[in-house]
Amino acid sequence: MGELRLMKGNEAVAEAAIRAGCDGYFGYPITPQSEVMEYLMAEKPHERTGMIVLQAESETASINMLYGGAGTGKMVMTSSSSPGISLMQEGISYMAGAELPAVIVNVVRGGPGLGTIQPSQADYFQAVKGGGHGDYKMIVLAPASVQEMCDHVKLGFDLAFKYRTPVMILSDGAIGQMMEKVVLFDPIPRRTEAELIKQNPWAATGKPKDRNHIIITSLDLDPAGQERVNLKLQAKYREIEKNEVLYETLGCEDAEYLFVAFGLSARICQKSMDLARAKGIKVGLFRPITLFPFPVKAINDLGKKVKGILVVEMNAGQMIEDVKLSVGCSIKIEHYGRFGGIIPTPDEVVYALETQIIGG
Amino acid sequence: MEEPFVKTEIRKDENIVYKRTDLLVDRPLSYCPGCGHGVVHRMLMETLEEMDIQDKTIGVSPVGCSVLAYDFMNIDMLGAAHGRAPALATAIKRLWPDKFVFTYQGDGDLAAIGTAETIHACNRGENFTIIFINNGIYGMTGGQMAPTTLPGMRSSTSPYGRDVPTMGHPLRITELISNLPGVHYVTRQAVHTPSHVRKTKKAIRKALEQQKENKGIAFIEVVSNCNSGWKMTPVQSNKWMEENMFPFYPLGDIKVDGKLVEKKETVVKE
Amino acid sequence: MTEEIIIAGFGGQGVLSMGKILAYSGVMQNKEVSWMPSYGPEMRGGTANVTVIISDERISSPILNSFDTAIILNQQSLDKFEKAVKPGGLLIYDPNGITRIPVRKDINIYTIAAADEAGKLGLSKIFNMIVLGGFLKLKPLVQPEFIHKGLEKSLPARHHKLIPDNEKAIEIGKGLIQAVQLIS
Repeated sequence: MGELRLMKGNEAVAEAAIRAGCDGYFGYPITPQSEVMEYLMAEKPHERTGMIVLQAESETASINMLYGGAGTGKMVMTSSSSPGISLMQEGISYMAGAELPAVIVNVVRGGPGLGTIQPSQADYFQAVKGGGHGDYKMIVLAPASVQEMCDHVKLGFDLAFKYRTPVMILSDGAIGQMMEKVVLFDPIPRRTEAELIKQNPWAATGKPKDRNHIIITSLDLDPAGQERVNLKLQAKYREIEKNEVLYETLGCEDAEYLFVAFGLSARICQKSMDLARAKGIKVGLFRPITLFPFPVKAINDLGKKVKGILVVEMNAGQMIEDVKLSVGCSIKIEHYGRFGGIIPTPDEVVYALETQIIGG
Repeated sequence: MEEPFVKTEIRKDENIVYKRTDLLVDRPLSYCPGCGHGVVHRMLMETLEEMDIQDKTIGVSPVGCSVLAYDFMNIDMLGAAHGRAPALATAIKRLWPDKFVFTYQGDGDLAAIGTAETIHACNRGENFTIIFINNGIYGMTGGQMAPTTLPGMRSSTSPYGRDVPTMGHPLRITELISNLPGVHYVTRQAVHTPSHVRKTKKAIRKALEQQKENKGIAFIEVVSNCNSGWKMTPVQSNKWMEENMFPFYPLGDIKVDGKLVEKKETVVKE
Repeated sequence: MTEEIIIAGFGGQGVLSMGKILAYSGVMQNKEVSWMPSYGPEMRGGTANVTVIISDERISSPILNSFDTAIILNQQSLDKFEKAVKPGGLLIYDPNGITRIPVRKDINIYTIAAADEAGKLGLSKIFNMIVLGGFLKLKPLVQPEFIHKGLEKSLPARHHKLIPDNEKAIEIGKGLIQAVQLIS
């Protein structure tokens, strides 16, 4: 078993980056995720693995540093929270267009605007539907524990390089700030430059005489060419939808009702499930782990077996749209949410199930 | 495709006095006839060839007229979002400290939308080269006012001339960044005459050589013309540049080996 | 076994670090743990609280509205969390500064005069460890050897010389805790 630690989610992200063999982290401070860069700076990863850590002048600069590093095939990561992630949308769109791998961690806080510093899940649409311009997707992972904050960094890099796409880890202020037991995976050595060039022949690493020069860009002034770029991206997204769906089910075998929730909300729903079952209500929990690709088929299958679904989110109802698209209109699907940094309690979720779905 | 007629027996090695460097891709440049971009491209690529560092160089092109610079420069390149080239170059140089890294940026890219990225990369003392083409106008988008457009100078968004009280002053960003301790070499050059071309090439060589010593930013401004945007012939535009641009953007070294070059007070026409 | 604990008091009383040492000791004993600092409006007013869950099973919600144990170090926290103790649960409080004592009849109530004792011993910095000791006397969730490892892991190396004092404080706490009301 790997090393045991008690860590904050933000610290787990940082330690996982070092252990995953990340080459560079570029970030800008913002609550509630500043511990990521603080941990990295304190750990001196340059001495541990040769990893670079740089505090940039803005989130705009951070994401463009990622673009630069990723364009040369390096494993690069940034983290921020909602307002900072909004600033990064330009760079994320460019990276999706130029097909560059990177991991972007969003420790979501309440919005809109400057909002609050407390946890929220209100950036679901931005992450899953493409917050920047143009037709693009990125893989979105939704950790529900500090352990997953750690594991998703490694998974995120694997997927980012497998598909040459930015990957977002969509977390929240609570998972970032809370501490839990983590089993750390064993460190993976950083790739040598020779390994990098061999594994990433598309990367701009300096043109030897015997190959054509490499251009990393998202620009194609010819509309026919740009359409080809788009078709290629869409084909890639279909491939991701086919191969990379991740979800978890709890208590769904005999369930008459279903909670659908991701991240922290799923943890709360798990407690609500225990409370409801103690009252004799047969409710299960479906937790999407990948928000894109969304587990359409699995939810559709479960939707045929239950009488109603309560989608619980720390927002005004975002993922519920994807749940409805997955299930259709055959059963009752309602949303329960708290906003702006308020976390729903397990009791109020049970009450919502009883009033909105069972008695509603 | 038909063989170009020049490929006849008169093209013998002993007859060749000028040859396109292999580091320029053999295709027509997208720049207007008379524009300085092509000359700077050539100086830059010739220098890389002379230093034999094609395989060790990674360039970053901007958004603006030179957005397609990567199509002409036969090296590995990244096309940045508007203004962000210094952020890309920062990461590339830090992750590949043995490579030669440069950005190639225009005035709108470097001195307006990318001011923060420019100043902070310079202030951190990143160890790459910035080549800054200043022609006082947004060329690619059709001749709008730039941060470096001179007072009274006409553009499509200052059709009656830049009105300083309402449109602000032109920005001498090169002087601004020369005061930053992270900046080691700053010079302002031009490419409208052979002697200026030679000086520019020398400056490019000096800037790239400096990267071997990890001393910080080398920054080369090239004051250039935009005959299309300025609505002039190339000859007129070069004359106008000498008479109007050079007094406001005087040529010469501004900072050498980390020390500001002492200058006589220049009278600036506003 | 799952134990859901709220520790609440003023900022600066070592509430968060007490929770962290307890949680880290749990990790060392290979239990599942979660440590969730106060979030939301309850952060205001200079109070600090942390929810610590120690369990043999995977932990569901790290945010709770009722607790097996409340460890209370000031009046505001008593007012807020007395009602959040599960029936049959445990309430421990330091009477220092408490003007309105608990009224619940369906829970077990203990006091621990840790602030006074720490003041007498000149160990005010590890007052929170006296409180922790009292709790561990009643609910020995983690064994002393793992507390030691938890202290090693949660304290920065420069403070490791204070570990014996911390362990001493825990022992003092075990002797100091007093029952006020036992329902069973």
